[in-house]
Formats: sequence, C-alpha cells, structure tokens
Amino acid sequence: MKRAGFTNPWLPILLLVPQLSIIAVFFYWPAAWAIQSSFYLQDPFGFGSTYVGAENYTDIAESTEYRKVAWFTVYFTAIVTFLSLSIALLLAVKADNVLRGAKTYRTLLMWVYAIAPPVAGFLGIMFFDQSHGPLTRFFGFFGWDFKLGVDYFDTATAMIIVAVWKQIPVNFIFFLSGLQSIPRAVREAALIDNGSGFRRFWDVTFPLLAPTAFFLLIINITYAMFDTFGIIDTMMKGEPGANPMTLVYKVYIDGFRGNDLGGSSAQSVILMVLVLVLTIFQFRLIERRIHYT
Amino acid sequence: MAELTQTRVAQPTPSRLRFKWSTLFDHMVLIAGSLLMLMPLVYAFVTASYDPVTIHREGLALTFGDQLGTNFDKAMFEKGGFTKTVDGMVMLKNSFILGIGFAVGKIVISMMAAYAIVYFRLRFATFAFWIIFTTLLLPLEVRILPSYEAIQRLGLANTYTGLIVPLIASATGTFFFRQFFRAVPEELVEAARIDGAGPVKFFIDILVPLSRTMIAAIFIIMFVFGWNQYLWPTLITTDESLFTLVRGIKQIVLTYSDAAIPEHGQALALAIVAMVPPVLIVIFFQSWFVKGLTESDK
Repeated sequence: MKRAGFTNPWLPILLLVPQLSIIAVFFYWPAAWAIQSSFYLQDPFGFGSTYVGAENYTDIAESTEYRKVAWFTVYFTAIVTFLSLSIALLLAVKADNVLRGAKTYRTLLMWVYAIAPPVAGFLGIMFFDQSHGPLTRFFGFFGWDFKLGVDYFDTATAMIIVAVWKQIPVNFIFFLSGLQSIPRAVREAALIDNGSGFRRFWDVTFPLLAPTAFFLLIINITYAMFDTFGIIDTMMKGEPGANPMTLVYKVYIDGFRGNDLGGSSAQSVILMVLVLVLTIFQFRLIERRIHYT
Repeated sequence: MAELTQTRVAQPTPSRLRFKWSTLFDHMVLIAGSLLMLMPLVYAFVTASYDPVTIHREGLALTFGDQLGTNFDKAMFEKGGFTKTVDGMVMLKNSFILGIGFAVGKIVISMMAAYAIVYFRLRFATFAFWIIFTTLLLPLEVRILPSYEAIQRLGLANTYTGLIVPLIASATGTFFFRQFFRAVPEELVEAARIDGAGPVKFFIDILVPLSRTMIAAIFIIMFVFGWNQYLWPTLITTDESLFTLVRGIKQIVLTYSDAAIPEHGQALALAIVAMVPPVLIVIFFQSWFVKGLTESDK
C-alpha cells in the first residue's frame, strides 16, 4: 500500500467487488463443495448422499489402480521436467553464445509456446500413427514396434516426447533471459580466470542461473501434473483403460465418466494439498530469487 | 531483468577472423533445435495439401499436393466434417471470443482490484489480499468437478459467461498489476492529489496510460492462455455452436479413431487454424510477450 493512499470509503470496495464475487462463486464455493463431498458417498442415480467419513480417502489409499496412476505421474513429471529443462538449457546457452542469427533462433525456438496442448497431442497422434507415422517408422528402424494407444509403455513414451516438445520454449525463454541478465563483468572475469568453456559454465554460469532453474523446476512440475491434460486426453484416443494417465486425468475420469463424485472429490482434495505444498515451496523460492538478483 | 534483445559485444578471441569450430557447433545445435520445433508444423501444413485417401495410404508428406485450398475450404466453411452443426468459421469466432473475452475481462477486473489494494487505505486490505491470492494456489484443473457443478446450478452451462468467467477466478493478473503499481513512484499520486485529481481521474488519466506496455504484455499472455483452454470448454460446452477450435480438436480425435478413412486433410487444416493466431501474436509481439512472461513470473 502507498503512503499517500486515497481515503475514499466506498470506491475501493466497489473496485474489489467484481474480483471478490467471481472468486467467491467460482473458487471458494467449489473448493468448499469438493471438501464436503469428499466425505460423502453419492448415490449413482442422484438420490442424495450418505456421510461415510474418511472412507473415500481410505479407499484411495488402498486402491492399487490409484497407486499405479500416482507412480506414473511421478515418473512422467520427473522425466518431462528433466528433459525439457536440460534441452532448453542447452539451447539457451548456445543461443546466448552466438552472435549471428541470435534473434532468429530465439523466434524459432519459442513460438511453440503458443500451441495448445491438445493440438500438440493431435500432431503427436499423426507422428506416431500406427501405419505411417514418421516417428513410428523411426522407432521401427531400431526394431521397436511402436503401438500408440495400445501399448502402455509406448503410449507413455509418446506422451513424454510431446509434453517435452511443448514445454521446451517456456524454459528456453526463462533460461535465455536469465543468462542475459548475468553482468558482463562477471563473464569477462570468468573468461580471464578459466579458459575451458565447459568449466566456466559449471563454475560460474550455472550457479548464477540456479535461482531461475529452481523457479522453473516448480513451473515444470506444475505443468507436467496439470497442463498436460490436453496431451494425455488426445493421445490416449478415448481409451483410458489400458493407457497411462496422470492424477488430474483420473480425477476427471472418475468424476465425469465413472460418476464417482465422492471418490473424485477426495482425489481433488489430495491434489489441492499437494499443490498447496508446491506453491508454498515456490513462494519461498521466489523470495530467495529476489535476494539473489 | 535484461532485455533479450540486448546486443552482445564480441568476446575477446585471439583473432576475430579465425574460424572457430565451437561456433559452428553452437549453430548446429541451434539449427537442430529449431528444426525439432519446426518440423511437426511443416509436416502438418504440407500434408494438409492432400486428399484423405492419399494421406491414409502414404502418411505425412514433405512435398506439396494440390488439395490445400480444398481442405481448408471444407474445414472452414462446410458443416458436418467433425461436428454436426457448425463449420470452422464458427469455431474460429468462438476461439476469438474466448481469447479476447478472457484477456480483457481478466485485465479489467484485476487492474481494479490491484488499484484498490495498492492505492487505498482500507481496513480489510490485507484480508482482501489473502482472499484473492489464495486462488493462486489451486489451478482450475484441481477443482474441475465442483466448478462444473457450480456452473450447472447457476444454469450457465453452454453460455459464453459460463465459459469465460470461471477462468478469470484466479489472481495471476491481480498479483502482476499489484507488483507493477507498487513500483510506480509515490510522487505521482501526491502530485495528482495536490492538483486536485480524485481517485477515478488518477486511475484513468495517469495509471492506465502508464501501464500501457504492461497491459499489452499481459493481454498477449492471457489471450494465448484463453485461446488454448481445453478442459474447461470441453466440459462446459456441449452445444456445438459454442465450440472453440481447441475444443473441436477433441471431436477431430474422436472421429479420427472411428472412421475407416478419416478426413486427415481437413483435420490437419483445422489444427493449423487453431495454431496460427496465437503463434502469430507471440511472434509479432515477441519482446512484449517475453517481458511480460519473465517479469510476471507466472
């Protein structure tokens, strides 16, 4: 708040009303409803609900299927985060090095940011098409009979490739902007001290980039967990049975296809807690980041 | 944070004219990366120039056929390709309504809220702040089912309001404008008050013009975000006249797995139309977009 603020009694309230009412109706109400219904068992035919205490939660804890989905989410998140961060970092370092064509490369490497995940997923389907997808052929060349949407492992691989492709641009933009904010004096000093470009990167550049990397780590985990919904939904081609899915996708499937409102709500609540922890972590990192730069 | 366009002074090499292998390697990595990003779109665009039978037989192509115009024409103006009652133009219109409606709504609402929080002495300012910023914690995907229930009970399913407004219920914009307003010099508001400008005049005549670049940057990010929404439109619009292009992708995929010889060409044409507007905006307004993205941190 500014020292010299206005002291109008009703105007600020009027200004806050739109935002607060939207949040109340579309955020707090749904969130509270989710928590409440996670303790109830809904009748599948819509005839009311019965209080079952923590049963929805214990069901989830005991479900082998849920555990499988949770593990897939962990692997998926870890691999997508690692690959998209490292490829983007490599490209950003190179784009920061070159003098000629730097702007062109920047444009070519970032435009994919604007592509919607399901559209990326659809391109993935074309590329992994059973009979004539270029990538199916490529893997076939190595004797890998790639079956998207049929084989669990193959579908997971394809999802990861598309998810990584879609996420490289964001990481690239942040890494490049982080690299360019490193003072030239520091770079020059490092250049004098150390002839090896490789050592210079790990000893000087990388530690200076660490705040950006930590921040991106959280962004990427959130991306892999939530924003990949469109990719997963298109690439499993409407057959959730045999295909891998993330926790968010399971909330959707159980709630909308399986009509298991209580179970789906309980899963939502579990995810809410998870995101809460992630975000608190993120806020603390942002604080540190400010001290750094 | 430094501008990305900042020019770099040549590094002190022993001889500026000497050919360096490492530079060649840098360019090779960058070219490979650019191709990795570009190839899928090139494939999609070129393949969209064939008739479905050829695509079904031969797969993705890298040399142009002669059906490009026909496929785009059918995809955009013919009803009943992938949906029953709407053509591509309707979906394109809906995508623009969602993208622009979401971006404008979000900017207006969050600027007002941020202005109230930063510039007024309010007893419950901290409380309002926390009420608003808790929403940063939970993405829509996490509370998708209850949000859907809420929209159903309010009778807002299959309306533009139901499509756009719930997406605005997150504080990213407010958070960003709050940061920006706090960095505006204190003297401005003091000078305005001495000159007798009221809070409304100060907001419209000074603060909004001052935030022009920020508004543009946020608009681009929000437009792309709104345009690319998938899960929420999929749930909330079952009426085809409200389908967006990205929502239509689901329809394409469903038809795709059913039909014997699916309309590959039209499907690709629609996918390209769904990609082009946000991609062009990001490319043309690159510096604003990058600035907005890296400075808002979210």
